[in-house]
Amino acid sequence: MTIVVVMEQVPDVVEELVIAPSGTDLDRDAVSYVINEYDDHALEEALLLAEATGDEVVAVGIDTTGELDQALYTALAKGARRAIKVTGDFEGAWLSTRAAAQLLVPVIKELDPRLVLTGVQAPDDLDGQLAPTLSALLGWPHASVVISSEIADGVVRARKELWAGITMTLELELPAVLGVQAARQAPRYVPISRVRQVMREASIETREVEPVGDLAPSLMRLRFPAETSQAEMLTGNASEIADRLIELLRARGLL
Amino acid sequence: MSQRITVLVEHLEGQPTDVTFELLGLARRIAKTNGAAVEALLFGETVRHLAQTLPADRVVMVEHPLLRYLAPEATAITLTTLLRTDPPWLVLIPNTSLGMDVAAWVAATLDWPLIAYCEALEQHDGQLVATAQLFGGKILADVKLEDRPTVISALAGTFATDALPPAPPGTIEHRDPPAELAALRTRSVVLERPEAADVDITRAEKIVAVGRGIESKDNLELAEQVAEALGAVLAASRPLVDAGWLPRSRQVGKSGLKVKPKLYFALGISGAPEHLEGMKDAELIIAVNKDPKAPIFSVADYGVVADLFEVAEALLERLEG
Amino acid sequence: MDPKVQKVAEVWERDTAIVEGVDISGPWNRMFGQRVIWDYTPDLIQEIAQLPGAESFAWCYQCGKCVPVCPVDVVGDYGPRKLYRRAQTGINLLESPDLWLCTTCANCLRVCPKQVDMVQIMPAAREQAMLTGRAIPAELQEALENTAKYGNPLGQPARKREAWVKEAGVPVPILHQIQRPVEWLWWVECYPSYHPRGIDASIALARIFHALGLDFAILGREEKCAGDSQRLAGERGLFEMLAEENIRTLSKYEFQHIVVTDPHALNAFRKHYPKLGGQYDVWHYTTLLARELPRLQPLLTRSLPYRVTFHDPCYLGRHNGEYDAPRLLLQALPGVEFVEMLRCRENSYCCGGGGGGMWLDSFAAGHQRRRLSEERVLEAASTGADTLVVCCPYEVSRFEDAVKSTGVEGRLRVRDIAELLAEAMGLIGEGTA
Repeated sequence: MTIVVVMEQVPDVVEELVIAPSGTDLDRDAVSYVINEYDDHALEEALLLAEATGDEVVAVGIDTTGELDQALYTALAKGARRAIKVTGDFEGAWLSTRAAAQLLVPVIKELDPRLVLTGVQAPDDLDGQLAPTLSALLGWPHASVVISSEIADGVVRARKELWAGITMTLELELPAVLGVQAARQAPRYVPISRVRQVMREASIETREVEPVGDLAPSLMRLRFPAETSQAEMLTGNASEIADRLIELLRARGLL
Repeated sequence: MSQRITVLVEHLEGQPTDVTFELLGLARRIAKTNGAAVEALLFGETVRHLAQTLPADRVVMVEHPLLRYLAPEATAITLTTLLRTDPPWLVLIPNTSLGMDVAAWVAATLDWPLIAYCEALEQHDGQLVATAQLFGGKILADVKLEDRPTVISALAGTFATDALPPAPPGTIEHRDPPAELAALRTRSVVLERPEAADVDITRAEKIVAVGRGIESKDNLELAEQVAEALGAVLAASRPLVDAGWLPRSRQVGKSGLKVKPKLYFALGISGAPEHLEGMKDAELIIAVNKDPKAPIFSVADYGVVADLFEVAEALLERLEG
Repeated sequence: MDPKVQKVAEVWERDTAIVEGVDISGPWNRMFGQRVIWDYTPDLIQEIAQLPGAESFAWCYQCGKCVPVCPVDVVGDYGPRKLYRRAQTGINLLESPDLWLCTTCANCLRVCPKQVDMVQIMPAAREQAMLTGRAIPAELQEALENTAKYGNPLGQPARKREAWVKEAGVPVPILHQIQRPVEWLWWVECYPSYHPRGIDASIALARIFHALGLDFAILGREEKCAGDSQRLAGERGLFEMLAEENIRTLSKYEFQHIVVTDPHALNAFRKHYPKLGGQYDVWHYTTLLARELPRLQPLLTRSLPYRVTFHDPCYLGRHNGEYDAPRLLLQALPGVEFVEMLRCRENSYCCGGGGGGMWLDSFAAGHQRRRLSEERVLEAASTGADTLVVCCPYEVSRFEDAVKSTGVEGRLRVRDIAELLAEAMGLIGEGTA
């Protein structure tokens, strides 16, 4: 049986972000892309599930950058059996979650999985998270903020995190959709030599699709947060700073 | 569509969470300028007692055993049914673990627009504009609200609860649970609360919190020494807890605990929005970070751009010496 | 011991034994029959030795010369001989912490009569551990992922690689901007581009190059980690990927020689890039500056009242045979008194950063009495030196941390040789760059 993992490319927020002249998108030429870190966790969780059940993991992504291959080969090197790239005339576009979900639904249905996993959120999902959106369009039950899962007796038992260490464990009938916050263990490492070997031996399947209309909310503009730093910056060497801090804490009766 | 702002009430087994009152406060402020009514949707098993405490013009209550924990499927179906029958202008849902399961599902099912990670909802030139935090809080997106029902997924800990009038004697209406609840594909829901923690950081007066900048588990010892010397407890941001360096009970932030100590001393925490949500109400925030652009400085009272180890050691020398 | 277990299978003793007319009858002509050694299997040794590059693991004959010279054994329980012995007794190197403790310093190879080469064995074994899905230390994983993602182990944006140039105070030409041939392509490498103390040394070196009128330029944001330490940490594939990209980038520009800040880059360019089609004339900056001494000497106008000692980087000294250039430079510094540590030159100690050790600091510290860098800093302090001079970018931060943790702060400073030269030339102040 099949477990689908949806992997999204997102702008790397470690890099400096530049807003495009249009004001409604990032300057995509200045963006470097990474796989959404939560999707990496979704992949790890899927691989752990599959190791226990013998399911086949299929990694699926929408290629909005022309650079998705590397991520999919990495997924294959880690243990996914198949990788599918959804392509179409949307390169460089900022796909809304809704549009992405609409593109993914037919591919997921074709794969007929019993479970779909993806990251709990992405840095650019202005119109909401992918997992609940996919769940709505597929008509399958779901849970988000999942931190561990297990497949047993026709259900997936998913543990989601609320807050303050409180968790909710749900038993969902299959097929189901999970939004993964963190895999049970840190995403595994796969050496590049394995990835390169996979690149020579395996291939990525492609599904060419028609783009869907713009389903994003009416974005007026992007901007950087105002420098609200009310913080008074302390300068000097470590000793001077330490003296200052002690002084501050004393003045407030905190020492 | 009526001029009505609907708020989904979040609670844990009948205990309302702070964000509920934050969103009701937000709804009331918008309602005031727009002449709209505020409606609270209260789902649960037995939540009658809660209805009286909600500052809304109308409380619509649906009670059913399957709604006890506000688990995703039951909540989303009930909410969708109510909204479809009588669409409001705005639907405010907290962007919390419970709300995240519902907001996007409902919006996609009804094909209504959704604006997630909303940190501000304000009138600009006669237009209501929602501001969303994107890209790890590095970019804000201003979104114009369309003239149609819209779902807003709002960040917790962002909107003020103050200026709330005492709970008005609004009307309380009961609705029948939707028939679909009989055919849920969620088989069971179990809530687990953590065992009593070694330390309750929510009660601590002083907190020394460490983040990724601490680099390795070994270096925690230095932070512990600083905490001890200050009479503070040690807390951490999510990555350190995920790495297993500190127990969950020490985690500050959205998925951890919300703290309001007198002193929050942040060492090597850059300040992701999820972390800031848990600590920005501390009385005094001092942050040490190498990166002058670290978002933690936007909420700190005092900031130090420096090597945290040097500062911690110098501080320790003085505190112990 | 099981009484059935016999040390020997058979004993022969001739009643009468006469050799060349001499009667040697008696117990001294006793001979022991061959015994099949069944209590140790060679399987775990073979599992390593069958890996390409790791063949010499099986050649060890347990003489033990490698143990006292192993810098890891000095602070722990290690040495190639012990790894072999442990494999005999059932400890799988691929699953043992031992796999990650070797810094590939090559001091064992120097004394090994059998040429058991840990510098090749370790990367092969580590790669095998990764390929077979065994867990690798998290800090190393992060550095490798950062390198794959950003082209540097620090996880810094590629664009920031040239940001230090603005602070240099002298022109530092960047090839993608100047678009002209240069004589020297300066390969700055990661730590000298991003780490604050590495940047101090880069600024000092830029000013020295400028003062000498050297025709040089850097690659800036186009440069990616040369990748040698990642290779030694077991990531051959990552190394090849970086090397291919770097070779492609270098092929766009015209230059005559490469000068590197980092001995690990020197090692990569000299020994491993040629196999991938990258042939260059590569110099370490100390070698270049030592050659330029006739022009440099008159510029060393300030007397520096320091008593200095020098740490030989493993990848400059033992791996690439350069011991003299840094010493020539130190001896040229007016006012400086130079003292050697006991472990120097061919027998130099190791800072612990090589072979991936740079990214295994906490892991290694958990298996050692003290860090290698701490051991070295104490040795430096014991010479009475007030300055520990280095010329490898891994060392400044490692030794500075060690100076703090061993309590010799205030007595010993760590400085790059470029910083001392620039100070003597009046190009930087006495503090840092």
